[in-house]
Amino acid sequence: MAKQYEFKAPVLPYLLVLPQMVIVFIFFFWPAAQAILQSFYLQDPFGGRMIFVGFQNYSKLLVDPDYWQSFRVSTAFALCITLSAMTISLFLAIQANKKIRFASFYKTMLVWPYAVSTLVAGVIWLFLFNPNVGVIAYVLKHTFHVDWQYLLNFNQAFFLLTMAASWKQLAYNFVFFLAGLQSVPATLVEAAEIDGAGAARRFWKIIFPLLSPTTFYLLVMNLVYGFFETFPIVHAITQGAPGKSTGILVYKVWRDGVINLDLGSSAAQSVILMLMVIVLTVFQFRFIERRVTY
Amino acid sequence: MTAEQRINKAAHRTKVIKGLFPHIVLWIGIAIIIFPIYFIFSASSHTSAEIQAAPMPLGIGPHLIENYRQALFEGTKNMGTPVLVMMKNSLIMALGISTGKIIVSLLAAFAIVFFNFPLRNFCFWSIFITLMLPVEVRIMPTYKVISDLGMLNTYAGLILPMIVSATAVFLFRQFFMSIPREIAEASQIDGATPMQFFRHILAPMTRTPIAAMFVIQFIYGWNQYLWPLLITTKPEFYTLLIGINRMMSGADVQIEWQIAMATTLLAMLPPVIVVVLMQKQFIAGMTETEK
Repeated sequence: MAKQYEFKAPVLPYLLVLPQMVIVFIFFFWPAAQAILQSFYLQDPFGGRMIFVGFQNYSKLLVDPDYWQSFRVSTAFALCITLSAMTISLFLAIQANKKIRFASFYKTMLVWPYAVSTLVAGVIWLFLFNPNVGVIAYVLKHTFHVDWQYLLNFNQAFFLLTMAASWKQLAYNFVFFLAGLQSVPATLVEAAEIDGAGAARRFWKIIFPLLSPTTFYLLVMNLVYGFFETFPIVHAITQGAPGKSTGILVYKVWRDGVINLDLGSSAAQSVILMLMVIVLTVFQFRFIERRVTY
Repeated sequence: MTAEQRINKAAHRTKVIKGLFPHIVLWIGIAIIIFPIYFIFSASSHTSAEIQAAPMPLGIGPHLIENYRQALFEGTKNMGTPVLVMMKNSLIMALGISTGKIIVSLLAAFAIVFFNFPLRNFCFWSIFITLMLPVEVRIMPTYKVISDLGMLNTYAGLILPMIVSATAVFLFRQFFMSIPREIAEASQIDGATPMQFFRHILAPMTRTPIAAMFVIQFIYGWNQYLWPLLITTKPEFYTLLIGINRMMSGADVQIEWQIAMATTLLAMLPPVIVVVLMQKQFIAGMTETEK
């Protein structure tokens, strides 16, 4: 590539990046470093002494059954959300991508919920399934004779959380799948149709492979969402109940830090979460570079 | 009827069903989205007693205006902050985050693309690394920084930690790299300073990506929850989402569901309006940044 023209100024570029760099250092790097440091110390919550304890905060976590429960439930939660939200949105996007009447109306109707916040999604489903006042809870109890008490029943709680979180994610996935489908060349699909390939064959042999970069991207984003961005839903609906069984990792960091003031453990958990995000990000960028298959 | 006619008729029928299929699926999809929201709207039109008596009436009751008036101007008994105050806070936070992010990212991307300076790569990678440090994984230490800086219960505390965005920097960087450098060179020859080039040529050219970023970041800002939950303890700084959470805390019988649900709907409205009005920019922005 030919050498690009560049402005020559010794000081100006530093002034331009200064605001960004100041915020990056004060609010990102400094706290991250603090978390790492803190994770090796025990501190009494009232701002008193710090005692160096090495890896004790980590080793305590690794033998803590609560932590493993939190890890398991987070993983299951993220996987269930990813699977259900992606399947349903892909199915809807395929239908909306067909040359049908009212297509743009359908698209708008399925895109706008992107703007609904995670907390609001949680509150909506909490209201519908509240054992005392919820409309759906009422039907479950009186028509289907289900003993609906999600605060006492792990399976019910997990189901409700997954549904609320997946519901919220539908619009996001729909936007990307639709964009991905629109970039599949129509001529290719038509050619296969002329050659006698049925709808299922056309989908699995042509559309799905061409869609794989989008699918892969969404897979990572949905897992990230399931692991890290569903705090508001758990905070609104179960607060970890029954017991601590639905307290996902981020919820546990928050509770151990803010409510229980166990700063060392909370910091160690933060560091573990950071490592998870780093792995996911690196994974994503490596594959996006290669554009997966085709 | 001949056999041939019968076959034609059957073929016609399958064709009609095939044609209807996507419509049916899409309407089911829309129903899945709309129904829960309809129940929220219905709840916001009844009295507390009607909702507590379960099941609540499924139509629209006569208390709509009364409930929204109470929500907007008074709040609930267990949380006396009116929605208008919280809406103002949410709006300040959302606008602060979105415009702050855009300005800070534009300047950084401008420096990284159009200047050659020794720390350029260092700056770029520093910004990249922030992708790996979402607020969810550094809750307590970030809280401590804000509290040390005396920014608990301030708008600056709500906004500043949120205005770094690797996504926005990448988007603007990508866009700037597609602009022919001859324009920059020509502006120099004509005697414009780099900042004049930025203000009068580059920024106006970047209108479309800026609009796309604005939609995405406004929604992101409006929907922040964990961060305001940590650093706002005074009701006059509650955002709408925090307010909803406070309205819902306490025993079930004490919750004024009708007000909480009215507030929930009001909290959905501004970001939804932004998405619907700017749908084209929004979708372009989402799919071009891939994040």
